[in-house]
Amino acid sequence: MADGLVLDAVSAQYRLRGGATLTAVDEVSLDVRPGEVVGLVGESGCGKSTLAKMICGLQPLSTGIASFDGTQIHPLKLSRRDADLLRIQMVFQNPYASLNPRRKVGSQIEDARRIHPSTAPTVAELLTQVEMPARSADLFPHQFSGGQRQRIAIARAVASGPRLLIGDEPIASLDASLQSKIAKLMRELALEMGASLLFISHDLSVVRLIADRVMVMNRGRVVESGPTEQIWTNPSDDYTKRLLSSIPIADGLGNLPAYQG
Amino acid sequence: MTDFDAASATTPGASATRASTAQTDAGVTIRNLTLELHGRRLLDNVNLDIAGGTITGLAGESGSGKTLSGMTMLGLQPKGSEVSGEILYAGVNLLEQTEDQMNRYRGTEISVIFQDPTASMHPMISIGEQLTDHLRYHLKLSKKQALARAIELLGMVKVPDPHLAVTKYPHQFSGGQLQRIAIAGAIACDLKILIADEPTTALDVTVQAGIMHLLRDLCDTLGLTILLITHDLGVMSGLADSIAVMRNGRVIEVGSRFEIIRNPREDYTRSLIESLPNRQARA
Repeated sequence: MADGLVLDAVSAQYRLRGGATLTAVDEVSLDVRPGEVVGLVGESGCGKSTLAKMICGLQPLSTGIASFDGTQIHPLKLSRRDADLLRIQMVFQNPYASLNPRRKVGSQIEDARRIHPSTAPTVAELLTQVEMPARSADLFPHQFSGGQRQRIAIARAVASGPRLLIGDEPIASLDASLQSKIAKLMRELALEMGASLLFISHDLSVVRLIADRVMVMNRGRVVESGPTEQIWTNPSDDYTKRLLSSIPIADGLGNLPAYQG
Repeated sequence: MTDFDAASATTPGASATRASTAQTDAGVTIRNLTLELHGRRLLDNVNLDIAGGTITGLAGESGSGKTLSGMTMLGLQPKGSEVSGEILYAGVNLLEQTEDQMNRYRGTEISVIFQDPTASMHPMISIGEQLTDHLRYHLKLSKKQALARAIELLGMVKVPDPHLAVTKYPHQFSGGQLQRIAIAGAIACDLKILIADEPTTALDVTVQAGIMHLLRDLCDTLGLTILLITHDLGVMSGLADSIAVMRNGRVIEVGSRFEIIRNPREDYTRSLIESLPNRQARA
């Protein structure tokens, strides 16, 4: 049985009113091996978030098989997830929605510690790892900025000792000046734990900083994949090329990125 | 409708007369703008020259005061704000205008587009009707004339099939198209000054490129003056002719696009540039 995350020709289809079918994810195969950082890049509607949900069990698969460390990923039910699947943790895009506003930060991180209490770092240690002061534990989410909340969400995700950390647009809601920092933090923490990181983002510039491999999605399909630098400097797919040439470069010269009207 | 607190104190010694230079006729000059709310100073002596016919960038992180500055230009600062200073436009200090007077500027000569274009759209009224309502409110047009103008405007912002688009509702459009529609509404009634507050932040990068091109084109063809507010220095670098950097309610550095991005003087500006992904080494 292969280690890590393996998706084999997985699809997600929705039935629309009137009988038509929307294929949000179209026979995607990908793998994330232990200790790897994989970037999944694409724009709105490409299916990357649906794919993230499928990996977590929040979205059923229409076809194909998803497995993690040899255990098949099945949709979440009322009963507790398999111990193996609890090793998959996610950091979501919206730092204002993913933390419970009515509970102290410390107790939310505690929840995650309870999954593997004997091996979990303390709340104080976790907060230190995400560069937040230990006293943050006694405060509530609303007392923090977006970037700080995202750090807390990362601490919570890391607390359970995951073997696969998934970030679903974890930096999109942050100021540009923070985005690289948080992305690098996620990579660092994942690797320190011996875990892998699946970093889903529309921002190829940031993905380039942290990913070993990149997969580009468009309209539910993976259109290109390969080592990060290769995708960045020598893309072969037209969509990837278009994506790269649309990125505005801060060179101070007033050049607009390419656009095909 | 707005929280404009009219005719607040001006700076001591400043006369209430017009300062009409050719420069202020075309653009906007912000002088010593200070804003306090609930005892906190949110804008601290902001000075900014928004040169006519150009794109002036206002950069900074969340909480720097950049959005607040833009809102104050429109008289849309929070209720209870104590404002002092001058915002000079066409020989007039906007801070001294009454609500009625500001209503004549807003949506006509001075307008704003936001990160979320649907913020100013009604979800249950067709965009054609929203545009024609807007046009007929401000201009003396018949229904037929207003509809023709609405279709023309949608063409100018490159919304596909304008004749069909006017019959549709906001939810039937993509994010990028909605932003184009919002821009159409903004330029509709002889716009002079456009405040664009994070206009592309919520958009995909390929869609963002289109909006950047559109803003540049409109600035050039219509002679618009644009205040571009964003934390995204890549967008800033592509669009802005000059850039002002704000931090904690103050303007800490102003310069040309080239100067600010390539040769910043202030450490804070430098740190913003260096936080850009393509300035950093791989992890």
